Amino acid sequence: MTWETVIGLETHVELATRTKIFCSCTTRFGGAPNTHCCPVCTGMPGALPVLSRAVLDYAVKTGLALGCSITRYSKFDRKNYFYPDLPKAYQISQLYLPIARDGAVDIRTPAGDRTIRIHELHMEEDAGKLVHDPWTDRTQIDLNRCGVPLIEIVTEPDFRTADEVIAYLEKLRETLRYLGVSDCKMQEGSLRCDVNLSVRPMGSTGLGVRTEMKNLNSFKAIARAIAHEADRQIELIEEGKRVIQETRRWDENKDATYAMRSKEDAQDYRYFPEPDLPPIELSEGYLESLRAAQPELAEAKRERYRRMYGLPEYDCRMITSDRALAELFEGLVELGAPPKQGANWIMGEVLGALSARGKEPKDMALTPPTLARLIALVGEGRLNRNTAVKVFEAVFDTDGDVDAHIREHGLEQLNDDALVRETAARVLAADPRSVADYRAGKEKALGALVGQVMRELKGRADPRAVNAVLRELLAQ
Amino acid sequence: MGPIELTALELGAAIKKGEVSVVEAVQAALEAISAQDRTLNAFITVAGEQALDRAKRLQAGMKDASSPLYGVPMAIKDNICTMGVETTCASKILSGFVPPYDAAVVERLRDAGAVSLGKLNMDEFAMGSTSETSSYGPVKNPWDLDRVPGGSSGGAAAAVAAGLGWYAVGSDTGGSIRQPASYCGLTGMKPTYGTVSRYGLVAYASSLDQIGPLCRDAADCAAVLDVLQGHDRRDATSLPGRHDRPGWTGPSADYGHLLSGLTGDVRGLRIGLPVDCYGDGLDPEVRRAVLTVAEVLKSRGAEVVELSFPVLGYAVPTYYIIAAAEASSNLSRFDGVRYGRRAEHHEGLADLYRKTRTQGFGAEVKRRILLGSFVLSSGYYDAYYKKALQVKAVIKAAFDEAFTRCDLLLTPVAPTTAPRLGESLSDPLQMYLSDVYTVSVNLAGLPGLSMPCGSDSKGLPIGAQLIGPHFGEGVLLNAAHAFQLDTDHHERVPKGGEPS
Amino acid sequence: MKITTELVDHICGLSCLELQTEEKQDMTAQLEQIVAYMDVLNELDTTGIEPMSHVFPLKNVLREDEELPSQDRAELLACAPASDGEAFLVPKAVE
Repeated sequence: MTWETVIGLETHVELATRTKIFCSCTTRFGGAPNTHCCPVCTGMPGALPVLSRAVLDYAVKTGLALGCSITRYSKFDRKNYFYPDLPKAYQISQLYLPIARDGAVDIRTPAGDRTIRIHELHMEEDAGKLVHDPWTDRTQIDLNRCGVPLIEIVTEPDFRTADEVIAYLEKLRETLRYLGVSDCKMQEGSLRCDVNLSVRPMGSTGLGVRTEMKNLNSFKAIARAIAHEADRQIELIEEGKRVIQETRRWDENKDATYAMRSKEDAQDYRYFPEPDLPPIELSEGYLESLRAAQPELAEAKRERYRRMYGLPEYDCRMITSDRALAELFEGLVELGAPPKQGANWIMGEVLGALSARGKEPKDMALTPPTLARLIALVGEGRLNRNTAVKVFEAVFDTDGDVDAHIREHGLEQLNDDALVRETAARVLAADPRSVADYRAGKEKALGALVGQVMRELKGRADPRAVNAVLRELLAQ
Repeated sequence: MGPIELTALELGAAIKKGEVSVVEAVQAALEAISAQDRTLNAFITVAGEQALDRAKRLQAGMKDASSPLYGVPMAIKDNICTMGVETTCASKILSGFVPPYDAAVVERLRDAGAVSLGKLNMDEFAMGSTSETSSYGPVKNPWDLDRVPGGSSGGAAAAVAAGLGWYAVGSDTGGSIRQPASYCGLTGMKPTYGTVSRYGLVAYASSLDQIGPLCRDAADCAAVLDVLQGHDRRDATSLPGRHDRPGWTGPSADYGHLLSGLTGDVRGLRIGLPVDCYGDGLDPEVRRAVLTVAEVLKSRGAEVVELSFPVLGYAVPTYYIIAAAEASSNLSRFDGVRYGRRAEHHEGLADLYRKTRTQGFGAEVKRRILLGSFVLSSGYYDAYYKKALQVKAVIKAAFDEAFTRCDLLLTPVAPTTAPRLGESLSDPLQMYLSDVYTVSVNLAGLPGLSMPCGSDSKGLPIGAQLIGPHFGEGVLLNAAHAFQLDTDHHERVPKGGEPS
Repeated sequence: MKITTELVDHICGLSCLELQTEEKQDMTAQLEQIVAYMDVLNELDTTGIEPMSHVFPLKNVLREDEELPSQDRAELLACAPASDGEAFLVPKAVE
């Protein structure tokens, strides 16, 4: 029998707000244990939550970007369970009236385009971290992460392959980063994904018993876990056994999932409306202002760059891979840089410099006017490309003054035809052997001669001009 | 006349005039506490040294005194967090908990120049109507040591009635200020929900809890409420004052004018008598005394209208469902991990949780946690919790309707005067039913005042309850003040509390 | 409705409480009595009535996203029954 895999995702995203969802402690990652904590986020007796405006704004922005309908009257609920990473023994979340519902995300995979439906998006608080010490056999509780704002995005069971899941997550990550609502770093846990998976005979429309997989810390882990879990379930069914509804944990080292807890005997969370938080009622004006402030997202930019500037698909993809890069590109174009030139500089020098420094595009100092000036100088023939790269390296970290640097180091291109001609003649006279080689048909000899002339002129000449002059002189 | 006989406002005035020093007042209270509290058990913690230190500093800073209560010694119910002073909620599970922060009301009291004498005994986590569920032992009623002072703010009521402090700050979730005030002959008030910050009040039922004063008369009550009430950004259910949020069009209060609003003029005031509150189950002596309030106010120009209020009969079950549900969640944080006491012998984490909670909570608290877990659990939520929230809406609407026909409601506080110690514990449901007159006020978020209006044949105080519309504190206090101008029930003090 | 000891066991589990046999019998009987009393609410027809969790129509009570200093760690940990100066400690709690 052929089997079909059916997958739904629950993605938890930590929001990049300055403060926690219900208190004014910092959300900074790391920090010594329990130093980003207060009575509210450690659940001390009598402490009360107050919702951060930024969390609401970010959640609504995300809902809008994912094509959701925004819940105009929304509320928080308590989800009750005991676990040491949850100090109040309830998580403030949204069950009955989540902030957004019914969205859709279009994805592209090699197998074709698909639409993934978003079931809902809700706000909630993150839990703390437990660290087990095998020496003392005790667990340390660090509550720094406790109360960091999360949005949970739940899809319908619309995925059929791991490729689709990865494409969705890449699209989601790109969107959230463009919105500036999260940095989506899987390794720091700011993007976490639980995979619900079941299998069914191909062609069937019912849903099989599903399992939920947790602890998937990379796209690679997700893809492998999906493959393994689908195989495991198919094998069970083909052996005449049944799949149990349960939560399974992916073990990266063992390349396998194992059962955490069975959902059948489990958890009755006793949700009820949070009495400490009044409801949220959103006006049309508020939604309109957020809609108006929504940035153009990557896909729209790619389409526009292709249409307006005729850039190749590859270039469009590269320069929109990050909002800061796209903004740099648009800045360059606005300042008159030829689009293709701008794209080349970004894909080459800018990405190279960032990766050499291990920096993120959003953290770079370089501004569009600086790079635009470099591109203009090259275009005007006042700087050759090689020198321009050196200047770029010199100004990149501080967004330095291009013209001042060129002046100080005397780097402006020589456009003195007579000087080039004179130097070329001198070089030819001094190297009869290369001249002979060239005339004997060895094209390579020309390169060596160009190099000599460039060295004589301290690299300031236009190599194309030198090339032309040498050919002319050698032809005589 | 020693300072003990003065009201809080009278003492404040004497301090201001230099007739009594803050230190003398504190010393007088501490002496009264050491003489009587071994018997009464009103205090869990007496913070004598801190009180004397603070008294000295306040005396030195007299020129900054702006509040009429500056320098007046008082005490705080032990479910209100006090930085550096143990806060136990009268529960074993919180023993040893010294909060590293003050409740919002404690900050406000400090700013007004209050001196705290310590922390007051109560029913464990404010769950009880007699102050017998305390893990620190029961509180005794200074009017009769064989009787309960009421609850849950029983320590607060006993302390003020016995002169161990000039006023107390308690909390009221279903009558926990009004009923002990009634049993002990005090004037107490549960303010409009949201007008006193709950930040730092250890939550029992978040949607019903409200902090308020227990005092010797209505004027003291007004003065203390002027201190306690006000907007607080740390409590999202705190209501802004008229001037706190420009452009705000929602409900808002006019804070800080209660004392100055006391005129005693009740001409034209419409007093509603809900006939349903005067029927079966009410002690005839209580009925007679409560109705004298209507007579006195009528003689001052008020009108009396009779109302039918059948929906009040549903208030007790509604209250206990909602309160227990919220309590089951609010009390889950007490697990022996971050504060309080942890069970000593345990095997693994789950066992640590179970043992800590099983050993740390008393029977009544466990009963309400279990009841709350039940009404929220899968399969029962709609039938109980959701239903209760619907009935709450019905009760609120009935009050709204009633207040179109009258300005305040006059009812008993409790069906009887203070019962004997030990009588109520055996039958929890019977105890819940005695809250019949008070719980609806919390469900609807209304202000409710309790004041002495007579005594029964045993000499025990009887309380009358005035219920007002939202932000009706001024109306209630003024009516109580008018009543107290013409009567002297509030001036009666217990005579050493001989057992009857 | 009938409250069974099985149901009491279930809600004890949810509440992290345990009752000895005798206590459990008492509690079962008391809960049954209390719950039976609560069933009087069924006399009221509440069809179409919106459940009310907040009495006041307060809404959108929000905080600005401005950081304030956290509590001193030593003060927080001082309240804990078991800590190592950095973290709260519990018996093994990792799945």
